Amino acid sequence: MTDRDVMQYDVVIVGAGPAGLACAIRLRQRNADLSVCVLEKASEVGQHSLSGAVIEPGPLEALLPDWLDNPPEICVPAGRDRFEFLTAKRSIRMPTPPQMHNNGNYVISLGGLCRRLAERAEALEVDVFAGFAADDALFDDDGKVIGVRTGDMGIERDGSPGPNYAAGVDIHARHTILAEGCRGSISKRLIAHYGLDQDRSPQTYGIGFKELWQLPEGRAEAGLIKHTIGWPLPRDVYGGSFLYHLDQDRVYVGFVCGLDYPDPLFSPFEAFQQYKHHPSVHALLEGGEIISAGTRALIEGGLQSLPRLEMPGAMLIGDAAGTLNVPKIKGVHMAIRCGSDAADFIADNDTSAGFDAYFRANAGGRELRKVRNIRPGFKAGLWAGLANAALETVAFGKTPWTLDNHADWSSLDKLDERDDNGPEKVARDLPPRDRLASVYHAAIHHEENQPVHLKVRDTSICATRCAVEYDNPCTRFCPAGVYEMVDDGEGGKRLQINAANCLHCKVCDIKDPYEIIDWVTPEGGSGPNYQNL
Amino acid sequence: MKILVCAKRVIDYNVKVQINREGDGVVTDGVKMSINPFDEIAIEEALRIRDRGEADEVVVASIGPGSAQQQLRTALAMGADRAILIETDAAIQPLGAARIFMQLVETEQPGLVLMGKQAIDDDSNQTGQMLAALWHKPQATFVSKLELADGKATATREVDAGLETIEVDLPAVVTTDLRLNEPRFVKMPDIMKAKRKPLETTALAELDVDLGPQLAVANYSPPPQRQAGVMVESVDELVAALRDKGVI
Amino acid sequence: MAEVLLVAEHAGGKLNPSTAKSVTCAAAIGTVTVAVFTDSDDGVASAAAQLDGVSKVLLVESAQNAQALAAVLAPQVVALASNYTHVLAPSTTFGKDLLPRVAARLGVPQVSDIMTVKSERQFGRPIYAGNVLVEVTVPDDVTVVGTVRTASFSAAATGDTAAIEKTSVDADIPDHTRYVGLESHGGERPDLQSANRVVSGGRGVGSAENFALIYNLADKLGAAAGASRAAVDAGFVPNDMQVGQTGKIIAPDLYIAIGISGAIQHITGIKDAGTIVAINKDADAPIFAVADIGLAGDLFEIVPQLEQALDS
Repeated sequence: MTDRDVMQYDVVIVGAGPAGLACAIRLRQRNADLSVCVLEKASEVGQHSLSGAVIEPGPLEALLPDWLDNPPEICVPAGRDRFEFLTAKRSIRMPTPPQMHNNGNYVISLGGLCRRLAERAEALEVDVFAGFAADDALFDDDGKVIGVRTGDMGIERDGSPGPNYAAGVDIHARHTILAEGCRGSISKRLIAHYGLDQDRSPQTYGIGFKELWQLPEGRAEAGLIKHTIGWPLPRDVYGGSFLYHLDQDRVYVGFVCGLDYPDPLFSPFEAFQQYKHHPSVHALLEGGEIISAGTRALIEGGLQSLPRLEMPGAMLIGDAAGTLNVPKIKGVHMAIRCGSDAADFIADNDTSAGFDAYFRANAGGRELRKVRNIRPGFKAGLWAGLANAALETVAFGKTPWTLDNHADWSSLDKLDERDDNGPEKVARDLPPRDRLASVYHAAIHHEENQPVHLKVRDTSICATRCAVEYDNPCTRFCPAGVYEMVDDGEGGKRLQINAANCLHCKVCDIKDPYEIIDWVTPEGGSGPNYQNL
Repeated sequence: MKILVCAKRVIDYNVKVQINREGDGVVTDGVKMSINPFDEIAIEEALRIRDRGEADEVVVASIGPGSAQQQLRTALAMGADRAILIETDAAIQPLGAARIFMQLVETEQPGLVLMGKQAIDDDSNQTGQMLAALWHKPQATFVSKLELADGKATATREVDAGLETIEVDLPAVVTTDLRLNEPRFVKMPDIMKAKRKPLETTALAELDVDLGPQLAVANYSPPPQRQAGVMVESVDELVAALRDKGVI
Repeated sequence: MAEVLLVAEHAGGKLNPSTAKSVTCAAAIGTVTVAVFTDSDDGVASAAAQLDGVSKVLLVESAQNAQALAAVLAPQVVALASNYTHVLAPSTTFGKDLLPRVAARLGVPQVSDIMTVKSERQFGRPIYAGNVLVEVTVPDDVTVVGTVRTASFSAAATGDTAAIEKTSVDADIPDHTRYVGLESHGGERPDLQSANRVVSGGRGVGSAENFALIYNLADKLGAAAGASRAAVDAGFVPNDMQVGQTGKIIAPDLYIAIGISGAIQHITGIKDAGTIVAINKDADAPIFAVADIGLAGDLFEIVPQLEQALDS
């Protein structure tokens, strides 16, 4: 039908994050005869990567013992740990939970780490293609995954080929590795297609915000790591803040909320901005300036929600599967470990069959088992969650039960079921003023004329049922203001999708209460251009 | 005919530029770099001319750090035949750049030199004109349409007054404006091919070029913020305020 | 004392307004001589002579100077330059085309887009599309060559009468460059990118049909029409009208924002505009924080009234 180019590799890896790149590097370390390519939808490796990030260096050291010889642009050894409970006015120091001690760890920019990993992969002759989005999986007649197709470029808004149209290519590979990160679009389809989540607890997610600030001279204490819980979150929202002090008077300030929150009127973005106005944080940030900002969904289901990691011809690794360690709030070391494991498994067995059991029995699987019950314990609220976390911690996870997760899309109460909308809001004066101003710091770019990449299957619900039941929560959970209800010119409302503002966080795909939003890949190279996040 | 395209590695146009703490430059660590967009248009135009059969080779040259090879590989993946990097970590000003390119012109003997009308970092808008002057050849700047025939180029220039057309004898230097074309997407198989195309790197010191007198650049600062002005209460007051300012 | 040679821009017997603005900059540096290159003395020289701050006008009349071609003018400017410490031209497409050719022949660097004069050899100029300002210093022993960012200087007043000196220059003029023609932006609405006045509409305009309000006002003012991203995303207008970070970055003398809230992405595109006028029903809209003149109210009442008021 078309003269689509076909490229042949032994292994194609979708996503140049820590999992995908670790996998690529390890594959070439193990077997220099394997041809390996990595596809990355961001215009450059690292531009869509966002994480806290305090990393545990173990798995990285195992992969690349000399990684510190050429560290990421931001790489600060962890210093003091502080853990606080916030009320509207005060911060109460609490003992730091054991999982959250950071001796020997490093605060890094994940984008920077990914760039370094990509350089190492390329030095090992891995072909890293940035600016190309893997659009869908390819199957053979037996239903086995045989590779991926990259998205067409230069499509007009109406779907027709534009003057610069370039057809995507088919990449055929003996092994396809999905390393798309949390809620990857191909991973989502394959999990459903092969039923990889059967007999598993539903997956649960969080939304994470992060800003890089330049502060006035002398204000930051390089290496200081601070986490808070409590205000401004309502008790029924799991989450808290992180504040990592870097060198050169820079800080990472961020906030994470579980997406299983029940209040349809809750705005995660506003909660983050509220947090920044706590007296203890406001004093730090005042007079500073935002260098960059971004948002990403986190996968929090842990072991009980981890899908089967293998399917015919393909594997899921890293956060595409859900290997994040929630109590540690760390995913990077787990992603690297999982990627390395996948590479070892392929190098030894040349098949995906058996990888699931291999990973679970390995160090990564054991680590997830130990902490499996901590996150679900917070479903009963903050204090019950903390008590449960303490119990699980002293028992090293050897409690005889495993708690269930619940699907985030189904967690919203109806408007008429709510009477509490959380703590009162404080007036804000720190930037950004609103979500649009925040998006500005993500240096976002989407080719204006391309088709909308947020597919809403039934927009008639928006102005009718959803407006009544939930007052259109998409207009609040989206961190970029992509979804707006506007006048339809006939006295009613209609949904407008400002797709060009999309940060690729995937929260809409997760949280929409009718499960009708599908996030698909836009033209390769589109999206945010995160700087040092 | 050979076409020489001059291309500069710059901070990507999507990046919000940040002044460093010393105030003597901008932050480049961890910042995305790209081919200057106007130069990308120049590369695209050169390729279209070649693909029409009006030229037989496209050579892309850059002056910059070793990492600028990345941008030259992109140019090769777009379809350029060959690339040359004059490697230096120093910030080269337009006069120096023009003198370096003049050396390349002498060795390469192109029939046409294309480059962007300006680089989006220093916004100088000088190098093309300077090269034309040193070469004693014609220039066509701000070009939004270009036709070649019989050893001559007819160029439409986007000038303040409208669209000016001039005719120049070749060889000449043409600097490209935004509306000349829309650069193609790079294709994955072409990225693989580009890895095998010749990319020659020469240290600037080996060229023995006198870069000429240099401007001293200092005190990088953000532009002053706009301040809120006056609120008026009626259309009449608005019109009066506009007349007062002499803008209508 | 600095001796400045300023190359005048003119066409059709009229001095381009950029010249009078450049005189203000040149006068802040030293004694100003304006050079007029023309094929016939059509009054441009005497117009230049009337500008306050001009001490002399050099009139170089030659058939070759019928059109302002850089390749033709550059050798003549180079020939005159030896008597001056500075050579300036407006930073218009005319000056940008010409002066680097002069600087290269003189073997000196050029300062583009002079915004401020700190001293005879030190200037402020914008880089990174105006997002950063720098100070540049020209070495002591070379001719200063620079283009003047006209938006940064007000026009010199008129009233003076400087001497006009006819002169000829001995220069080798090439014949490799020929003028063919000019298609001016007549009739149609001016180009958004280069227009002196721009009227833009935002989401508040409400519909594609309502944008007629914006077009009518633009036509009344001889302005280009623009739009905010929100208006483009809502489908009111095509995206080539978009002003802002991902659209066009413009610097007109007058910018009228109607029904535009003023997201930072939009402000980025207009921050160098001369005068910003905002009309918006929300008195707290961020656009008012950057507007020189603000009017809070219903645009559907205000805009037609404004059109009428402009008639009277």
